Amino acid sequence: MATYNTSEFRKGLKVQIDGDPYLMIQCDFVKPGKGQALYKCKLKNLIRNTVLDRTYKSGDSIEAADIEEIEAQFLYRQQDQFVFMCTESYEQYELTADQVDENWKYLKEGMVCSILLFNNRPITITPPNHVVLRVEYCEPGVRGNTATNVTKPVRVETGGEFQCPVFVEIGDLIRIDTRTGEYIERVKE
Amino acid sequence: MKKALSAQFLASVLQEQLDTSDQWRPSAALEMLRRRAELLAAVRQFFDRRGFLEVDTPAISADTVVDRHIEPFSTGVPAEVGKPPRRLWLQTSPEFAMKRLLAAGAEAIYQICRVFRLGERGPLHNPEFTMVEWYRRGDSYQQGMSLLAELAEETLGRGRAERIAYAEAFERYAGVDPHRAPIAELREAARGHGITWPESMEADDDRDAWLDLLLTGCVQPNLGVDRPAIVYDYPAGQCALAQVREGDPPAAERFELFVDGIELANGYHELRDPNELRRRNQRINRLRRAEGKNTLPERSRLLRAMDSGLPECTGVAMGFDRLLMVAAGATTIEQVIPFPFERA
Repeated sequence: MATYNTSEFRKGLKVQIDGDPYLMIQCDFVKPGKGQALYKCKLKNLIRNTVLDRTYKSGDSIEAADIEEIEAQFLYRQQDQFVFMCTESYEQYELTADQVDENWKYLKEGMVCSILLFNNRPITITPPNHVVLRVEYCEPGVRGNTATNVTKPVRVETGGEFQCPVFVEIGDLIRIDTRTGEYIERVKE
Repeated sequence: MKKALSAQFLASVLQEQLDTSDQWRPSAALEMLRRRAELLAAVRQFFDRRGFLEVDTPAISADTVVDRHIEPFSTGVPAEVGKPPRRLWLQTSPEFAMKRLLAAGAEAIYQICRVFRLGERGPLHNPEFTMVEWYRRGDSYQQGMSLLAELAEETLGRGRAERIAYAEAFERYAGVDPHRAPIAELREAARGHGITWPESMEADDDRDAWLDLLLTGCVQPNLGVDRPAIVYDYPAGQCALAQVREGDPPAAERFELFVDGIELANGYHELRDPNELRRRNQRINRLRRAEGKNTLPERSRLLRAMDSGLPECTGVAMGFDRLLMVAAGATTIEQVIPFPFERA
């Protein structure tokens, strides 16, 4: 099994602890002049998205994690399974609703997302920063009200709901920022 | 909304490592390099005015300081005809050579030189750094601390250093007696201060490692905040090349300067007994072997010099880059050196 020794520790290292994949997001070298070197690390769990504080001393090691990022097209959803296809290898990957998390709201057939693979199994997806979705249902807008600070819930084709300005109507195309979940603008066909 | 870890985030972390296009540029501002030159001149003036002789000793030598936790760079030299190849060491401090000068009759000497320590890289560390080191024949433990306090006062302008015993610093900031508390109590103190430690430390019966953990975790950040602090009387196990004063508990006559929680200098009332140095070298190599490290040469020309007689003296090594960091309010060492290791 490949391991990383403390001398190889650095930000961005992908490692495995208790079977989970982690990304080293911080590694502080602490050493009294004559004393033992310590590496104070912050490790981000790539599945749970939690942060772990761990301290290592020189000579310690951590198991390396096999993590890869691929581009994959969203094919379809089957109950709790989301099926993607790698745009390069055409291999199919199934993700659970848990792994897809809140991102299900953005997933339209054919959308290309990036998927993190851990030991060749998918763990998380990231949709494009901006997606365009069709409004399926909302309360009727107030004609002439172009204010953007008054919002209403709007349901889109994926079944997801977003807060949008009141002038948005059924059938409109809206652009959403997937990093914040916020409405950006109406889009012409 | 709970945001799953994004690939952009992953990419940004990786990008930081890959972005090398700007690596030709210095990491320190040119204005900082001017301050560096001024501080260097101020340090020289401090010693010159006191009649110290500036010396230059080899950066690469057949001898190296035998430390448990300092790894020297080494290099092999091809064999000359009829002789075995030799391993030479980049100096981790000019200590051995400077003491040989004292044994040869030098009175008061200082040196500003590059030293090298393998694998030490962080906000306060660069594997190659600048050391100011000085020794004065006849200086007692107390006189050695006074001289260090004067240098700190003159170069930093933050008042005369307060002195605080190692035990007192630990009692004040860690709530333990560092000389007598059992390891279990040191561990509880660390837990109480929210300090995490390596799992591998649990198995070792290494008291000094627990003390170091507390020192860096909760004692050191409080040292030298208002004015410089000199910590003295280290545990005998951390004597390095200092004399150990008999007593209960025995104390290593070793002292360190801290400013703003940063360790700036380390001084000894110097060990003069060559046989004691031989025993310490053997002990350190035993510990190094047990930790899977290479052993370091136990025999040295310093031992020969001590056999012939090292006079009573006190010596101090100060990290010049850190002195500048503190003087200029820099937060990382790369702000005060033009080209850190990755850009060297």
